[in-house]
Amino acid sequence: MRIEEHPILKFERERKINFYFNGIKMEAYEGETIASALHANGIKVLSHSRKGRARGFFCGIGKCSSCLMTVNGTPNVRTCITMVKDGMIVEGDKYDLPESFPYRKPIKEKIDVSMAIVGAGPAGLAAAIESAENGIDAILIDENPRLGGQLIKQTHKFFGSSREGAGKRGIEIAKELEEEATKKAKILLNTSVIGYYDKGYHFLVAANQMDGILYEIKAKKIIFSTGAQENMLVFEGNDLPGVYGAGGVQTLTNVYGVKPGNSGVIIGAGNVGLILSYQLLQAGVDVKAIVEAMPKIGGYFVHAAKVRRNGVPIYTRHTIKEAYGKDRVEGAKIVALDEKWNTIEGSEKDIKCDFIAVSVGLTPSTRLVQQTGAKIKFISAAGGWVALHNEYMETTKDGIYVAGDASNIEEASTAIIEGKIASLHASNSLKKVHGYDKKMKEYMKRLEELRSGIFGERAKFAKNKIYEEYYEIRENRRY
Amino acid sequence: MKYEKTGVIDISQLKMPNEKQLKKGVAITECLQPIPCNPCKEVCPTDAIKMENINDPPDIDYDKCIGCALCVEVCPGLAMFVVRVRDDKAMISLPYEMLPMPERGQIVKALDREGKIVGNAVVKAIKHGRTNVITIEVDKNLAMVVRNIKVEK
Repeated sequence: MRIEEHPILKFERERKINFYFNGIKMEAYEGETIASALHANGIKVLSHSRKGRARGFFCGIGKCSSCLMTVNGTPNVRTCITMVKDGMIVEGDKYDLPESFPYRKPIKEKIDVSMAIVGAGPAGLAAAIESAENGIDAILIDENPRLGGQLIKQTHKFFGSSREGAGKRGIEIAKELEEEATKKAKILLNTSVIGYYDKGYHFLVAANQMDGILYEIKAKKIIFSTGAQENMLVFEGNDLPGVYGAGGVQTLTNVYGVKPGNSGVIIGAGNVGLILSYQLLQAGVDVKAIVEAMPKIGGYFVHAAKVRRNGVPIYTRHTIKEAYGKDRVEGAKIVALDEKWNTIEGSEKDIKCDFIAVSVGLTPSTRLVQQTGAKIKFISAAGGWVALHNEYMETTKDGIYVAGDASNIEEASTAIIEGKIASLHASNSLKKVHGYDKKMKEYMKRLEELRSGIFGERAKFAKNKIYEEYYEIRENRRY
Repeated sequence: MKYEKTGVIDISQLKMPNEKQLKKGVAITECLQPIPCNPCKEVCPTDAIKMENINDPPDIDYDKCIGCALCVEVCPGLAMFVVRVRDDKAMISLPYEMLPMPERGQIVKALDREGKIVGNAVVKAIKHGRTNVITIEVDKNLAMVVRNIKVEK
């Protein structure tokens, strides 16, 4: 299952170690997660439900909970974002919480900081760098073991203007941001922010589960760049191990160099589905088909052309009816749709495959920002519930900002600029930033450029709606 | 547009170079949608790519284009190709980001826009870069058909 050769990536594996899965000794490499080490050992079934249905991981980025296992006696550990360690004891089917809680008393650490940034994807990294440039002390917190969010899996070259580094691969952009942020900001990895409290000042509680550390963070400003989570699609067998979110497959393949399987079916022909398919081909995985319910391919034609000329069929107006297999995916049944979205009888195709990747859109992760009392609204064009904000990314709650996919489903380049805008505005309200107006104007212009053209229309529409609703609330509050 | 459904371009949508231009060798762009992107225009040494707005798809002036293939290497969408026709053979430079890498002189499978094998190709040149550019030789009638290769291990 391990990828030995890749046209773009080099997997530098660290020290070989051993861990135990349900009592069986297995090999792993330091620096990989428990779930990816298990996959490399051919283990897709991580646990079972209480009714005995097999469970595997779905999202691969710590947002769903289908990868929960008991690790060294600690229950409910998200194995997709927890690093495997030498001698670790990983257990699957432990349903009951231990009689006496094995938890150590956590080490408490208090942090007092000007700016807390939650989520270290492109938006969070850019925000941390921006705050350092403005002389503002910031802390960047992420629950993953690495910086970079989803950018560290993007092996394709980015579109854009040459002046702004277009043509660079996502992984290269991530590396640059990571290096700069590491030099300039305080960073907490493997740490989940689990709560926000208004104590007259902004207060966050964050936990590092495996090391048993509880952080109490007092911050003057907070930026929530918490990203998004994969949408699920309803179909029979969608809980079978081997049904993954697109991001989960990218994590396995491009971060840890482990194949999700030998042949796959991709659901959704948006840019994520198309790019993922191409990445799988590069990893030596057979992509049997891309299935899209809409009458048209949703992603860019050039991304579609890349997979088509490698022989991957795209079935538009088709959907998945069933994933089947005993305890793991063995195939997918797809079916054609008519103009009224009804399935067409007799059109069923049975495709043998050992995994299915679902890429049917993303939903902004807003559960944390919601705790602050910032006004949340369902804006369909933005991808779901989002915190209303103004063009400086500040929400209806003073000092609370959002940026990136958490504020509207878009892409990495716009997330970077939004992170900078939020951070610059927050910095300036703490301490006057020299050349603020000029800098802000530049960022705004760049953002506008990125959203120009027909493919930016949805994002622009969503943002205008968000600003409009934000100002409505702010104005009402004034009277 | 049909290509939005199939992911395969119809050659009638391409601006065709004339015989003289093809003999010299020119870049063919298969980038049709308005994407805010301009590295091809910026890298072009002869200013042959017209793009008034960053969202405009590139428009290639075949008289100015010298077929250098710099745009093939730089295009983020892997949508640039260089085609040169001499006698009964066509040379095609295309982006290649797969494994295994072919060797010079190797005979590989020539694929069309749907990944179907349409003949054999001889690898004439390999340029390693941000994206590797492979130049192959195929029969003249495949000049506008072949857009990918398959290298057998």
